[in-house]
Amino acid sequence: MKPATRVRVLIVLAFFLLLEALCRTDVINNMTMIPPSQMLVALWKMAWSGRLWKEFVSSIRNVAMSFFLAVLFGTLSGALLHQMPRVRRVFDPLLASYYSVPFFALYPLFVVIFGLNDWPLILLGLVFSIVAVIVSTLNGIDRIPRVLLRTSRSFRMKRSSTLTLIILPAIVPQLFTGMKLALAYSFIGVLAGEFILASTGIGHGISFAYDSFDNETMYGLIAFTLILVTLMNMGLLSLERYFLKGRSR
Amino acid sequence: MSVPGTRQTRLSRYFDFVILIAVILAAWQVLYVMVGTAALTPPTATLTYALTLLVEPDFQVHMRASLEAFYQALLIAYALGLMLGLALGFYRFASEVIEPLLSALYSLPKLTLYPIILLTFGLGTSAKVAFGVIHGLIPVALFCMNAVQTINPSHLRTARALRLSSFETIRTIVTPAIVPEIFTGLRVGFSLTLLGVLTGEMFASQRGLGFLLINAINMNDVKLIMALILILFFFATCVNGIMLVIDKKLHQRS
Repeated sequence: MKPATRVRVLIVLAFFLLLEALCRTDVINNMTMIPPSQMLVALWKMAWSGRLWKEFVSSIRNVAMSFFLAVLFGTLSGALLHQMPRVRRVFDPLLASYYSVPFFALYPLFVVIFGLNDWPLILLGLVFSIVAVIVSTLNGIDRIPRVLLRTSRSFRMKRSSTLTLIILPAIVPQLFTGMKLALAYSFIGVLAGEFILASTGIGHGISFAYDSFDNETMYGLIAFTLILVTLMNMGLLSLERYFLKGRSR
Repeated sequence: MSVPGTRQTRLSRYFDFVILIAVILAAWQVLYVMVGTAALTPPTATLTYALTLLVEPDFQVHMRASLEAFYQALLIAYALGLMLGLALGFYRFASEVIEPLLSALYSLPKLTLYPIILLTFGLGTSAKVAFGVIHGLIPVALFCMNAVQTINPSHLRTARALRLSSFETIRTIVTPAIVPEIFTGLRVGFSLTLLGVLTGEMFASQRGLGFLLINAINMNDVKLIMALILILFFFATCVNGIMLVIDKKLHQRS
């Protein structure tokens, strides 16, 4: 383990131990927060009763769907926009200021249009994450060294092989940046939607538990979300390392 | 090739903007025709309703509450974010330790933390401010850290070779090198703080635009929802547009 990693783990552990101590000694009221160990116990119980699984599956299905659609359509529209500089110039201000708009506000409109099923949630995650993918795709294609494209031309490569052999490998780093953001944003979008209005999912579970003063369930699910996000990040990071291995950036 | 940065006349830029607005309005109108009055209100009606709202005293109370919480949150997020970012930027080991934690926090749906914030700060302005701060702080810190770390080392070596005092080094080398990137961070932080304050208001407040919004959602008052979205959209895009222009100017100069 690198020293930095070791220190980081120690900091996190110390933080949770401190929290535990503060909660146990009633410095933090137990109505406000339960000790982290109890959160894990609550999480464990929920996992055994099958309740966690249900919430998890419904959330993660929507996140996966929204992530997949965002990456697919985001990359495609990024590539298309790059082919049409005129259109791109028109949409540029929109792309740049896109994330300054509170999107959760659109959620009720989605519900009215699509009905109370999974689609409004998926769509909320999608509108939140797709622009990150579009922007990073554009960014990636912009940064392809001219020399590579010229080489492909001088070898008279076909368009399809230019795409698969030159362009795609060249934009992998930016594509990964976009995917990381898209995963985080899909997650945020879907859970936020569940919070506002839904009948299943982790977000709904937390908000329901909060409204019914069920601190154990609430903190169990919050702990679960924290663990899930950490695992997702670590997974993507190692995937990125694997793909970028042997590249000088 | 017409990537950003190529020269274009001012007139054609305005023209582009008009096209963008027209495209958005057209898409809105088409969507309205498709889904009907139950889900959407048409552009013109929404605009007139938004304008009547803006002069209503009741509405202004909510707007002022939001703005007040927002600027407090923004100040705190900027101050803490800059301090944290500078500290992490100058101490490489600290940044190696902390950066992954910040990235993880950044991708956490902060809405799930709202019960904790609410139970800690209680219902009211401080909760919304806290909510705005936790949204805006991290990007400011990350951009700031990145700015410091990517200072060209040969510039610093030059400063040392010329025996500049540390004050002069900061004034002539460090500041010009990091300001553009930091400003980008402030711009992103602005957007996210706004988002945070509004979401905070949706769940933890009795006043403010976010509160109006969640009320409208619960009552299914489509007219009000649309008007609020329009007002927020307009405010956010305008400020962001101004900041974007400054941002580009700063980056061009360096």
